Amino acid sequence: MAEIAAHHRGLMADRDAHAPTAHPDHATNTGISNTKLAMWLFLASECLLFGGLITTYLLYKHPLPGSGPGPRDIFDIPFTSSSSFVLLMSSLTMVLAVSAIERGDHHRLRVWLAATALLGATFIAGQVYEFTVFYNEGLGYTTSRFSSAFYTLTGFHGVHVTVGIIMLMSLLLLSLRGRLPEHRAETVEVVGLYWHFVDVVWILIFAVVYLIP
Amino acid sequence: MAITETRPLALPSGEPAQVDLHPVGVFERPKAKRGWRSWVTTVDHKKIGIMYGAAALFFLLVAGSEALLIRAQLWSPRGTLLSADAYNQVFTMHGTTGVFLVVMPLGAAFANYLMPLQIGARDVAFPRINAFSFWCFLFGGIFLNTSWFLGGGADGGWFMYAPNNGVLFSPTHGIDFWNLGLMITGIASLTGAINLIVTVLNMRAPGMTLMKMPVFTWMTLVTQFLLLFAIPVLTSAQFLLMFDRLFDANFFNVAQGANPLLWQHLFWIFGHPEVYLMILPSFGLVSEMLPVFSRKPIFGYPFIVFSGVAIGFMGWGVWAHHMFVSGIGPISVTTFSLTTMFIAVPTGVKILNWTATMWGGKIRFTPPMLFSIGLILMFTIGGLSGVSHSIAPADTQQTDTYYIVAHFHYVLFGGAFFGFMGGLYFYWPKVFGYLLDDRLGKANFWVLLVGFNLTFAPMHVLGLQGMSRRIYTYDAGYGFEIWNKIATIGAFTIATSVVIFLVNIFRSYKRSKDLPPPGADPWDARTIEWMVPSPTPEWNFDPLPTIERVDDFWYRKYGEDENGNLVRIAETEDVIQHGDGKGVHLPSPSYWPIVTAFGLPIIAYGLLYTWWLCLIGGLIVMVGLYGWAMEPPDDPDAAHGDEHGPDDETLEGAELATAESASTGESAEEQEVQTVG
Repeated sequence: MAEIAAHHRGLMADRDAHAPTAHPDHATNTGISNTKLAMWLFLASECLLFGGLITTYLLYKHPLPGSGPGPRDIFDIPFTSSSSFVLLMSSLTMVLAVSAIERGDHHRLRVWLAATALLGATFIAGQVYEFTVFYNEGLGYTTSRFSSAFYTLTGFHGVHVTVGIIMLMSLLLLSLRGRLPEHRAETVEVVGLYWHFVDVVWILIFAVVYLIP
Repeated sequence: MAITETRPLALPSGEPAQVDLHPVGVFERPKAKRGWRSWVTTVDHKKIGIMYGAAALFFLLVAGSEALLIRAQLWSPRGTLLSADAYNQVFTMHGTTGVFLVVMPLGAAFANYLMPLQIGARDVAFPRINAFSFWCFLFGGIFLNTSWFLGGGADGGWFMYAPNNGVLFSPTHGIDFWNLGLMITGIASLTGAINLIVTVLNMRAPGMTLMKMPVFTWMTLVTQFLLLFAIPVLTSAQFLLMFDRLFDANFFNVAQGANPLLWQHLFWIFGHPEVYLMILPSFGLVSEMLPVFSRKPIFGYPFIVFSGVAIGFMGWGVWAHHMFVSGIGPISVTTFSLTTMFIAVPTGVKILNWTATMWGGKIRFTPPMLFSIGLILMFTIGGLSGVSHSIAPADTQQTDTYYIVAHFHYVLFGGAFFGFMGGLYFYWPKVFGYLLDDRLGKANFWVLLVGFNLTFAPMHVLGLQGMSRRIYTYDAGYGFEIWNKIATIGAFTIATSVVIFLVNIFRSYKRSKDLPPPGADPWDARTIEWMVPSPTPEWNFDPLPTIERVDDFWYRKYGEDENGNLVRIAETEDVIQHGDGKGVHLPSPSYWPIVTAFGLPIIAYGLLYTWWLCLIGGLIVMVGLYGWAMEPPDDPDAAHGDEHGPDDETLEGAELATAESASTGESAEEQEVQTVG
């Protein structure tokens, strides 16, 4: 059984290695591949989604007096700064991963993919820790208009990072099974686009939510 | 390579085979070319377009029945057909269904079917995402309508204003169904928008620059950009509402200092681009039909295109004219009054261009042409009553009266829907290979035109007399009776015209068997979608045409003599394609889009009822996504060589191919046994 499974895996890997990329034979009108253009469009649309939530936060950033803690009471700027730094560094490792596969260095690709996912996971762990602390200080999800807006905006970003981590892990698994050959480097690049976008949005959220009084 | 030898070369239609090389070990790649399985697994933009159209027509009957209930209730003062509560649900669901499940998908139907043909592509950029969009739309629409059987529909109006949309004021699950259902159809619109934009930008035939694209394709591009940026705003508002209703958040909880205007702003920032993205596909269709039936090129092609683009941009700056009475302040009111007056300009440009296109043309009054002219007239009335809303003092008087109802039905029904009806008559032979009957079509148009005006013209009067919209009944003695009676008679006249349309479809189909087929170009048309045989072959074009100018197909047929008169330079028969493409590589069908989309309403039911359904739905979505990602977009073993090229896969060839595959299948099985052994 195991032998057949291994054989099967080998066949799949072989087939993927020879599978066509998007459509290499006919170039696109814009010169940008379909997949990459689609990701750019998706990210453009995401801007509006985050825009709606950021607007909501700006409207509700101060709770009504007497309805639980406000932003100044609970934010731990040094802590969130360091977790933001961790997330920003993950963009660097992501770039290194893309550069590795473009050079055909599969070993380093895996190292940097894992590093990116790990840094992202560290950020998420920080967010979970932060939420727990806030909750214990009396800021529940339903406490005030501020708490609802804060948790929804940052939580929504956290979900985006989590989805990114899942994509990175999937790439890592594909690469380990030999199903991510060099000519499909663009797959890594497109995931990278998403990852950088999520980082850039965090810079905005960090500034708007934590830094601007 | 060894793999091809271990698999059957072709499978008996649609049967999942027992080979071990399936993507994630669940489904074998579907192969069916006909029967229900071929529709469920299709990634063909034409089949998906047809399914969008069929679903939209089904939902049209649903929304129409709801409209008839409304009109029957308002037939006489103190009507007792519907209770106040039922009436709220019926008009909310009528509006929601009409906007999201009829007009938007009709636009998607035409965009899907026509746009790739008009730009000379074989399919859209992401065929499987295209199928996913359709299934999301369908499942979202069905999910929304199951609310009727699970405690009643949404009851807050299609705009669902806060705080009226809170649990406090609407304790049933109706609004949750509305909210989650529209999120699912929102996913459909978003993925569809990305897909179609990439297709237009990336996959045009050689020579087709942006300014040589047919007007419908241009309007599709603008529409999809509007969707791309409008849908996420609605989704963010719906997130807030979902968290409020299901998890007690405070976004619209006035007791916690929430601002209900937040909902209005977010909703209308989506909602106003939304009205343009509903009308622009129709504008595109009319711009295709008028030149054909006037035998003249469209007047001022760049103006038509750029006014469409201008509407796309300016549509983002007018949303607060829906909110003149909500206390947004004199500066905002003045600003949005002015922008609203300005946006009438590009629309006026289009109307001028269409009129000038017909001017001096050899006009043929076919049903598509009648519907196009109907659109121009009805939309002009609706546009003018729209301009009257931009004058804020007048709008203050009109807000929440039947005048508004009259206005938006003139633009959405008299505008968008007339255009779609014309488009259906125009493109029916291209899609189904038979012409709709001319006389029934004309009857369809005139009955619809009369019914439409009987229904909605009196509403102007009712509104100015002060009858509020959304009230379930009225008292005698205010002068409302006669106009309401006329409107109700009109509504049933519209229903009659829809019946005529359905009868026309079936009668014409029956008769078509005795008539000669319409051929590739029944209308003597102008754009390249008429070069391919009717119905369109699966692979669209044999060789992709090279485009030299706007209306390329027309100028393959006609030239000009030295006096500038039109002369025929080639017979249509010589310039059309004959559908004998060989060895065209097409994207393979897939189960995964429908599987993935199926998980979404299950998650939504889970959010409303029990959490473990969320888990099951989430699992289905995850399995669907991974199955999808692991499956190559093109099955490397399918439809490659000439031995089963597309010529074997047409309907006529299907039986032959099956017989062939049975024998190859057998021998392949033998081979497989040997390999495994």
